[in-house]
Amino acid sequence: MPKKTYMQAISDALRLEMRRDPNVFLIGEDIAGGSGTEHIGAVGGIFGLTSGMYEEFGPKRVIDTPISESAIVGAASGAAITGMRPVAEIMFVDFVGVCMDQIVNQAAKFRYMFGGKARCPLVIRAPIGGGLRAGAQHSATLHPLFTMFPGLKVVMPANPYDAKGLLIEAIRDDDPVIYLEHKLLYGMEGDVPDEAYRVKFGEADYVREGDDITIVAFSAMVPRSAEAADRLEKDGVSVEVIDPRTTSPLDAEAILESVERTGRLVVVDESPPRCSLASDIAGLVARDGFGSLRAPIAQVTCTHTPSPFSPSLEDAYMPSVERIEAAVRSTLAYAGRR
Amino acid sequence: MTDPAGASFAMQMSRADLLRAYEAMVKIRTFDERVEKDFAAGQIPGFGHVYLGAEAVAAGVCHDLALDDYIASTHRGHGHCIAKGCDLEGMMLEIFGKAGGICGGKGGSMHIADFDKGMLGANAIVGGSPPIVVGAALTQKLRNTGKVAVAFSGDGASNQGTTFEAMNLAVVLKVPAIFVIENNGFGEHTAASWAVGAESIAARAAAFGMPAEQVDGADFFAVREAMGRALARARGGDGPTTIEMDIPRYLGHYIGDPQAYRTPEELKRARARDAIRSFREKVVGAGLFDGEELDRIDADVLRRVENAAEAARAAPFPDTSALERDVYISYC
Repeated sequence: MPKKTYMQAISDALRLEMRRDPNVFLIGEDIAGGSGTEHIGAVGGIFGLTSGMYEEFGPKRVIDTPISESAIVGAASGAAITGMRPVAEIMFVDFVGVCMDQIVNQAAKFRYMFGGKARCPLVIRAPIGGGLRAGAQHSATLHPLFTMFPGLKVVMPANPYDAKGLLIEAIRDDDPVIYLEHKLLYGMEGDVPDEAYRVKFGEADYVREGDDITIVAFSAMVPRSAEAADRLEKDGVSVEVIDPRTTSPLDAEAILESVERTGRLVVVDESPPRCSLASDIAGLVARDGFGSLRAPIAQVTCTHTPSPFSPSLEDAYMPSVERIEAAVRSTLAYAGRR
Repeated sequence: MTDPAGASFAMQMSRADLLRAYEAMVKIRTFDERVEKDFAAGQIPGFGHVYLGAEAVAAGVCHDLALDDYIASTHRGHGHCIAKGCDLEGMMLEIFGKAGGICGGKGGSMHIADFDKGMLGANAIVGGSPPIVVGAALTQKLRNTGKVAVAFSGDGASNQGTTFEAMNLAVVLKVPAIFVIENNGFGEHTAASWAVGAESIAARAAAFGMPAEQVDGADFFAVREAMGRALARARGGDGPTTIEMDIPRYLGHYIGDPQAYRTPEELKRARARDAIRSFREKVVGAGLFDGEELDRIDADVLRRVENAAEAARAAPFPDTSALERDVYISYC
């Protein structure tokens, strides 16, 4: 199978869906780049992810915009409810601050609020995450925020194969989908078929299978958790690592079934701890899997702070392999209440 | 464009004032040239955006602001910070992410702030500052301070709803706000001439009901003169003004931007517009200074910037005990 990076896998999915369906178009800031100059298309997105798309699909389907996120998302959802399948790009997920109304009050609510009449096949792609020393306004993940809104689906690929299959699924899905791609994973390589394929929403991936303890992790925390599992394996600890791949819908069954076998759970979530996916999943298991638990649920999250800029602080802020490993060990060492 | 005869304007400024203006511009240029080099060499973490080419705007706008007049800035904010009086070493430490930085290493290049200097922060959200500045101006109006608040933003930010709303609210509330739009020709990698649908950003601002003008932002004297008019209106209780500054962008959107969307001719034209050189030519041509006096400033500034960079390279990263400090003033 051909090797591709996470970023190439995402580009692949966009290109294949654009070729397949003339209703699919891209809209965002600098996705062609150079608009208004002699070199339109010279940029291909701030990370180069849409490089070459303008040349292939032209200005009608690779639409550069002014820096106007509310208008980008609003126009994309307006096009979606009138028959198109837009893929809007928000350059960094942090920038949704200015366009949250269009996402959460408009796109997310159309279908329900209008009694099932609307169909809003909108995808909003946004790079997320820390680790690049990008500072407080370019490092957020925000997946817990999107996950709390009924009407939105939320996708967080953790490897190149899923990145492609989940994006194709997102574009073909008839509901608004928030597709969150982690900046730290852009360079990650993996096996990715050339042809189009779909990865279903709401189906977890078993990254490692094990019996002693379950780790649930998302996005860039998945490879970190797998690394922690590999280190622990050397000490004879058998760790199951589950990547739900989508936070909405969530594969609760896979998580509960795994905890039923292992009796122990660590949730790893790159997000501040309050109202996070870590607390959401801990709540789920406390409610529906209480009888399976042999130790308290551990949550490895960021600290309750904005993202700090300095490398020393950001490294302490984000969940690390070491912190994940420590959480597993202390959960295993739990001796019960006296 | 206004076209003040630079030399005659220069004559109206004291020698000390002229030297202060020149020094501010040289500080900005020298500082960001250092940052650009260290960033390219991998010494500075994260993203970097330099102010090279726009020096006269920050220097000219801030020249007649007092310490307790406010400014708020952009992702390309080093120049604004320097012109408003932020400490060079504190800034450099911050940009390197080191302990002792002006924001303790928590902010970085895009989030330098120094409230004691009236600097309300660089801002990595395009269009983030204009609404904040309306609020800062409202404070001045409510307290009758006679002070003003200035929002620096780019041509890109002029297309954000936040900027539209801020401009309109400033007019409605008649607050002493000044919107300085730095039009460097590109919103990130897209031509402003394409992305701004209106004839000009000034024309759009004028449509909100405030005086607005276009100024050659590579001419310190033109900038200061336009700012003088805006300041007189603001301090006189006549409400906001917009000044659209036409400036060159010497480098890319960020440090390392390959700039494939720019032609060599356009870049050459941009780099030929040099606010510092033209300032020197005017004041030396008018016989106010000889070149050597100005060279001494250049050398002095270079030494201070090099010292700041050296201190920043040598400084330790912040201790992780700082991580959870300053999220709140008090929490429980």
